[in-house]
Amino acid sequence: MSATGATAAEGGDHSHEGTYSGGPWSWITTVDHKRIGVMYGLSAFFFFLVGGIEALLMRLQLGSPENTLIDPDLYNQLFTMHGTTMVFLAIMPLSAAFFNFIVPLQIGARDVAFPRLNAFSFWLFFLGALFMNASFLFGGAPDAGWFGYANLTSTQYSPGMRIDFWVIGLMVLGVSSIAGALNFIVTIINLRAEGMTFMRMPLFTWMTLITSFLLVIAFPAITVGLVLLMFDRMFGTLFFDPLAGGDVLLWQHLFWIFGHPEVYILLLPGLGMVSEIIPVFSRKPLFGYAFVVYSGILIAFLGFGVWAHHMFAVGLGPVANTVFSATTMLIAIPTGVKIFNWIATLWGGSLRMQTPLYFSLGFISMFIIGGLSGVMHASAASDLQQTDTYFIVAHIHYVLFGGVMFALFAGMYYWIPKITGRMLSDRLGKLHFWIMLVSFNVTFFPQHFLGLHGMPRRTFTYESGLGFEAMNLMSTVGSMVLGASMLIFLWNVLRMLRKGEPAGANPWEGSTLEWSTTSPPPHYNFRVLPTVHSRDPLWAEDTGDSMPGDDPSVADPHMPGPSFYPLLSAVGIIVMAAGALTTTFPVVFVGVGVLLFGVYGWAFQPLEH
Amino acid sequence: MSHTEAAAMEVHSATGLSSRKILMWTFIGSECMLFGSLITTYLVYRGKSVVGPYPEDLLNIPFITVTTFVLLMSSLMMVLALAAVQRGDMKWGKVWLFMTAFLGMVFLGGQVFEFTHFVHEGLTLKTNLFGGTFFLLTGTHGAHVAVGVIWLLSLFLLAQRGRLTQANAETVEIAGLYWHFVDVVWIVLFTLIYLLV
Amino acid sequence: MSNGPEHAHPSTRTYVLVAAILAVITAVEVAVFYLEALDPVLVPVLLTLSAAKFTMVVGLFMHLKFDARLFRALFIGPLFVAIAVMMAMFLMYGVFRG
Ligand SMILES: [Cu+2]
Repeated sequence: MSATGATAAEGGDHSHEGTYSGGPWSWITTVDHKRIGVMYGLSAFFFFLVGGIEALLMRLQLGSPENTLIDPDLYNQLFTMHGTTMVFLAIMPLSAAFFNFIVPLQIGARDVAFPRLNAFSFWLFFLGALFMNASFLFGGAPDAGWFGYANLTSTQYSPGMRIDFWVIGLMVLGVSSIAGALNFIVTIINLRAEGMTFMRMPLFTWMTLITSFLLVIAFPAITVGLVLLMFDRMFGTLFFDPLAGGDVLLWQHLFWIFGHPEVYILLLPGLGMVSEIIPVFSRKPLFGYAFVVYSGILIAFLGFGVWAHHMFAVGLGPVANTVFSATTMLIAIPTGVKIFNWIATLWGGSLRMQTPLYFSLGFISMFIIGGLSGVMHASAASDLQQTDTYFIVAHIHYVLFGGVMFALFAGMYYWIPKITGRMLSDRLGKLHFWIMLVSFNVTFFPQHFLGLHGMPRRTFTYESGLGFEAMNLMSTVGSMVLGASMLIFLWNVLRMLRKGEPAGANPWEGSTLEWSTTSPPPHYNFRVLPTVHSRDPLWAEDTGDSMPGDDPSVADPHMPGPSFYPLLSAVGIIVMAAGALTTTFPVVFVGVGVLLFGVYGWAFQPLEH
Repeated sequence: MSHTEAAAMEVHSATGLSSRKILMWTFIGSECMLFGSLITTYLVYRGKSVVGPYPEDLLNIPFITVTTFVLLMSSLMMVLALAAVQRGDMKWGKVWLFMTAFLGMVFLGGQVFEFTHFVHEGLTLKTNLFGGTFFLLTGTHGAHVAVGVIWLLSLFLLAQRGRLTQANAETVEIAGLYWHFVDVVWIVLFTLIYLLV
Repeated sequence: MSNGPEHAHPSTRTYVLVAAILAVITAVEVAVFYLEALDPVLVPVLLTLSAAKFTMVVGLFMHLKFDARLFRALFIGPLFVAIAVMMAMFLMYGVFRG
């Protein structure tokens, strides 16, 4: 039994600081979903800053025409790693941090269904992220774009190990994501509290479930693409060699069959967070809960039928372009439905204008702009003008930064009090919001015009006299301020850790189960598992929802013991990856050995010990 | 993944179903997309090789029919193993478990023989698109069979030591789900690669 | 919470019978492959037979026919997506045109 048990047993003290006590070894071997969530969050935010610095370097280079600050080679590495990092190492794991910390609490469970598999997912993500970034130290980072189009990635055009780092790193991250997603699917299906039917599940849990299905179905497609590419590079196969009959477009298909669902993998968790926050800060239940759920499911299904809208310019022919234009426009409908749901929830609510709501409103407005520019290039004809220009850069950032990151910040401001037990400063939060909102728009709005005026993306510089100077300078200045706004957030977090107000169990008067336990929750979450009879159990005490709270007369529940094997198994996979990278097969076999040792140790170690 | 993972924790199951079975079925769903993408690659590149050997020069239908039959029968062994373990008949349970793994190894042996023969005939990964797609698709399936064989042999050894009993029937059931799925994939590959050549 | 449907497991005899049918279908497939008279309908016949074997193994050996509906959804949902994506790819690449 860990130190937390002792804290809880002392009674009276309900802060449960013990949730996080213990030395490094206790973190390395932890299988507690809350600690794993915290580790996901910290590493994801670290990589968010890394990806942000890469972006700022690019903006510095583009601040003036014919700039020589960054050479083309480094520029290629920067935009490749910026995209790869933000998608796979920042946004996805930041979402995973919330899946981990919040979902088991929201469904009234003590942990995920497979706690050690969960630790394995985290360690594999973390080591895979380090592996991918280690490329900077060994001959340069991947430089063929986050989409890695064939045959830019062939050994002919990309000799050396750069692309290998990318290929193998993404495979490792894919295994981590699929393992995590499988775990959350089982957790949400099977560990829901007594009485929590599917249609009573909180929306963040719903969107986690849908996202997890997208992950397990979409990731295999890119895995196959990556295997083909790896074989081409390592064993001399001809999959993407046009001279041998290979088709470079097959890569694009496999990549985007994954890549478009991936957009929803990034987006849906944020939609879920906002769907939690808006009702709480409007003091009324979400308008049209079922609509939000079903439109989420519909988006997920339709998301598999639109991928070729990334390929309008490659010459698939009028039939394919028309079909994929139509499906793409169709998918805007369920997305639009959600926006009406949120607005209708806000309508007539007694709004509490606090930081999480600010960021949620920022999300809605920025996401509408990103959605509108998205509908513009859903039309193949108009996309031909916009593709590969800064218009697309503007669009993707309105969706992924203006949309997803605003939502994730809303989630952070909303749930960090639950995670740490202390309140962030609302004043600093609002300052952060306003600076981030304004600088975000200063950075990215001009890029629409740059794109429509023909400035190509992924090019390290531009000539003077083309009319690009002023708007590029504006964008660069905006990006610097945008970067600085993150310092306000970090300051806010540090201030909170030093002298933040205690949060109490339910600082926002939220309605879902995570707010019924202490902040931070004890390591077993709920001493007695709750029972619910409605969608908003904490708002409906009169309907007989049972919130037993932390009844000290009940013994501490048994929780799974720590295990070293998940990390060991992940290390085995990374050793295999390093062996494959350098094509030293003895190293691969050592990795396989470590992995097998880890898996068998894992299988035969009892869960409680 | 583990025998004890979800089972030992006192958690209720909202659906009344086993978490490990839900995990395995979801994983199998994910595998559909993996093999779907590989099959797509194979069929999209069918007939696109610019040099031989071509499929019709090499594929040996009578031989592969035999190994296909072997794999089908291993599925029968698998259901018999599960039924025996569920009845508590560990003696026959062990026999059928071993037979399942053994037939799996026979299938793999057939694949090794086939691959070696093809290489002798001049078809390697890098010869042409047929070589690349064929070895990748059937090789991925073979790797799944190999994992299944290791899994089944591990269960067999556990049973030998008396650590696998009627109470662990679900462990056998889950290994069986995996094994049958690998068989199902081969049913599809047999038709698409060999018969629709 | 209600349990899944009770496990009405088929008997050993049923299993052997299913395996025999699977073997027979495989033999028929190979026969169809060798019979030149059947060439015009080769593709639909073989795909149908293969689908029949697929359904039998999944339904009877993997117990999907008797087991909880949740498992069916978990399998058929992704399978449906995979088949739909494959069909779209085959159409774009003209796989059906031969
Ligand atoms: Cu898309």
